[in-house]
Amino acid sequence: MAVESIPSIDPAAPARSPRERRHVLDSILGLTGEILITAGVVLGLYVVWQLFYTDVLSARTQTQALNNIAWAEPVRVPAITAGGTTAGGAPAPAVDVATIPDNLKVYSAAGAPVIAEPSEATTFATLHVPRWGSDYVKPISEGTNREKVLDKLGIGHYTGTAMPGAVGNFAIAGHRTTYGKPFSDINTLQGGDSLVVQTESAWYVYTVTDHVIVNPDYLAAIAPVPGKPGDAPTVASITLTSCHPKFSAAQRYIVWGTLKYWAPTGHGYPSELLEKP
Amino acid sequence: MIYPWIWRHLPGPRWARAVTVTLLLAMVILSLFEWVFPWVSAQLPYQDQTVGGQ
Repeated sequence: MAVESIPSIDPAAPARSPRERRHVLDSILGLTGEILITAGVVLGLYVVWQLFYTDVLSARTQTQALNNIAWAEPVRVPAITAGGTTAGGAPAPAVDVATIPDNLKVYSAAGAPVIAEPSEATTFATLHVPRWGSDYVKPISEGTNREKVLDKLGIGHYTGTAMPGAVGNFAIAGHRTTYGKPFSDINTLQGGDSLVVQTESAWYVYTVTDHVIVNPDYLAAIAPVPGKPGDAPTVASITLTSCHPKFSAAQRYIVWGTLKYWAPTGHGYPSELLEKP
Repeated sequence: MIYPWIWRHLPGPRWARAVTVTLLLAMVILSLFEWVFPWVSAQLPYQDQTVGGQ
């Protein structure tokens, strides 16, 4: 809409009546009001989308990513008890009761199968965290690009850091809020908790050693020796990074752990998955 | 005003306009949810969880 010439500088134009001027003012105010209301509604929609809809979408794509890897052990853990029976007392199916026999566990990174780093956004492992529930199993995909990996597939692996079981630092990142929030409870992890990573050929059981809250530029968190950039690694470590505090980019919540043992797949679950911390 | 203007320029009787408006709204919200909001969110730093700006 055009606000026409001002009468005082155009003597030829007929003077506007007060009513006409009021009409123009009304139009401007009305239009401004409509724009503001629209902006408010769009912002409101954004909040709804970010807080709720991203969870719906990401939960779907993460479940899909999990279903796409045929070797991922499904969540049958709730059915297992140490006695080999289900919670209801009936004998559990043989596949469910098995825990990995001790003679297959290797308590060092030596000889651990280490897969090559896959291409970006390829899901190559799963993460089980007993502390976050016996049904917690999430896909781990390559890369930390938000739009391609973290917003869609959940947990992402820092490209260039070690792969599971390798000497060095297996560093992964995940959302703490929204987008399916795989690391929503990262602050509940305590020293001694198990972080269980599965690839196609092996289980890797890590133990949480420490956590730190750092500034976002603290790259040393994902160094081969966590917190000590430049040092040569001798053990296999794991690092989880997420935002801190919740809904903020001010800091990062870092959890560090070291490899306890690895074992080949196909011989049951690590007994750590039965733990109820 | 924008909205009365759109309403006046929609064809058909009142119920047909209401249907059109509903469809238009759905399209706008869908495109916001599918394309605009994901892009905006990726530009904003408040959801970042990586170190070293990777």
